[in-house]
Amino acid sequence: MITLYDYELSGNCYKLRLLMGMLGVDWTTVPIDFYPGREHKSEWFLKINPLGQLPVIEDDGLVLRDAQAILVYLASKYDAVGTWYPRDNPALLGEIGQWLAFADGITGTASAARLHDALFYDFDVEAARAGAHRLFRILDEHLWFGEQEGRDWICSASHPTIADIACFPYIMLSEEGGVPRQDYPAIRRWCDRVKRIKGFTVMSGVFPAGPAKAA
Amino acid sequence: MTKTRCTDQVILDLWHPLAALAEVRAGVVVDTVLLEERLSLAIDGKGSAAVWRDRADLAEGSLVDVAAVDGKLPVKLAYGYIWTSLGNPPADLFPIPEFDEPDRRKLNAATVGVNVSAPRAIENFLDMGHFPYVHTDILGAEPHTEVKEYDVEISVDRDEILATRCRFFQPMASTTSTEGADVDYIYRVPHPYCSVLYKSSPVDESRLDVIAVFLQPVDQEHVRAHMMLCILDEENEDKVIKRFQQTIFGQDKPILENQFPKRLPLDPRAETPIRADKSAIAYRRWLSQKGVTYGVIPAAT
Ligand SMILES: N[C@@H](CCC(=O)N[C@@H](CS)C(=O)NCC(=O)O)C(=O)O
Ligand SMILES: [Fe+2]
Repeated sequence: MITLYDYELSGNCYKLRLLMGMLGVDWTTVPIDFYPGREHKSEWFLKINPLGQLPVIEDDGLVLRDAQAILVYLASKYDAVGTWYPRDNPALLGEIGQWLAFADGITGTASAARLHDALFYDFDVEAARAGAHRLFRILDEHLWFGEQEGRDWICSASHPTIADIACFPYIMLSEEGGVPRQDYPAIRRWCDRVKRIKGFTVMSGVFPAGPAKAA
Repeated sequence: MTKTRCTDQVILDLWHPLAALAEVRAGVVVDTVLLEERLSLAIDGKGSAAVWRDRADLAEGSLVDVAAVDGKLPVKLAYGYIWTSLGNPPADLFPIPEFDEPDRRKLNAATVGVNVSAPRAIENFLDMGHFPYVHTDILGAEPHTEVKEYDVEISVDRDEILATRCRFFQPMASTTSTEGADVDYIYRVPHPYCSVLYKSSPVDESRLDVIAVFLQPVDQEHVRAHMMLCILDEENEDKVIKRFQQTIFGQDKPILENQFPKRLPLDPRAETPIRADKSAIAYRRWLSQKGVTYGVIPAAT
């Protein structure tokens, strides 16, 4: 069974809970007192992840850190249909990799602003917010052009991929860091589509999709 | 006395929480903000503490001898937190007798920054109506959405609001729950920015768990919310208990931050009675009677 070292309010941990829920795989949770306890910087945890970061999983003796890397692993191993990370499509894999890196950029900006406001991290919050807006503008435009071409998801496929999962959490939580989304209508529509994927689950701060809009 | 940005004397004269004692390292300066004033604090780990106005020679993180700090503000250590006041505080803080019961677990679930006024946060804390919608499958679940009739009084001798006979069906009332149950609640508001709730303990039907929210007003529209737990649970690790409470608070946070206006309107006609139910109406009236102006939109006179 997969073990997830988890903190409830972490968007990076939520990425994995989200994908595992959608794939229907079971896991056990080891709760980490990220805040206020800073358990991810404790001696025992640094042995598991010397970066002192969540999330980490353990599966069949394999210990993996980094949410994006873990998404790649989980989709490759547990997605029987093979759509979340299609191993036979090099162009699509390249695109997914590009947006996985983009997702880590969202962590470095939108999530940093949230950590500053909610958990008092000593970050330059104005720089973090400006960085988040820059990324959101790029993604909003990308999604808007996609919609014109009939594409619903971040990558060029008729189905969601792990890139959608990686980008979703800290976009949804951005208001907690003072980054409103009203100027990004295509992002808002895409968030709604993600919430309607079968097996979607919430975390604290993320609410389920409202009732489907009448046609 | 130094001039303060906050001019509300009622609020200035109160005790305000600044930090959980368990999270402050002895002898090391910690900075914080209270009522728009930059303060510093330190504890010596032997029961003494100091709070003073931030100054350059005692920067955050530096070592300090608590006894040697001059220009100290009033200080009180209570319920696991360090409290101070920018005015003339009363001798005592409101009582929570259960805190002295030795078999209880007492911890700070977390201190969280929230973009909301303190009174809005108190009002949300008092409202059971949101349980099934915001804390779905934990503190409530459909179809059990009705808030049944309960009693509210403003206790004159204790100068606090008391809501009793509250009852709500909860799928998972606490870390010790094994099944859904009808849970009894009592709410107290003994301080304009603090509330204490009592709820049935799943492990001892004759006793109540105590959960308090102590709000530190950073400014009129930002708080640091300190969540104090004083509960019966012999089974779970601290971090499991904290996680449960943080999950719930994390669900409330976006609701609180989307309140508009951010300050609580005290004019009885300002918001519809559906949003402001019985205990909320009593709370608003009590703030008005006290003459509180900070964090609220006072009623026109
Ligand atoms: N690239 C990493 C970033 C992970 C990360 O930033 N994790 C946060 C929690 S959500 C953390 O542990 N931060 C502590 C630190 O970076 O020191 C990933 O995607 O997993
Ligand atoms: Fe709530």
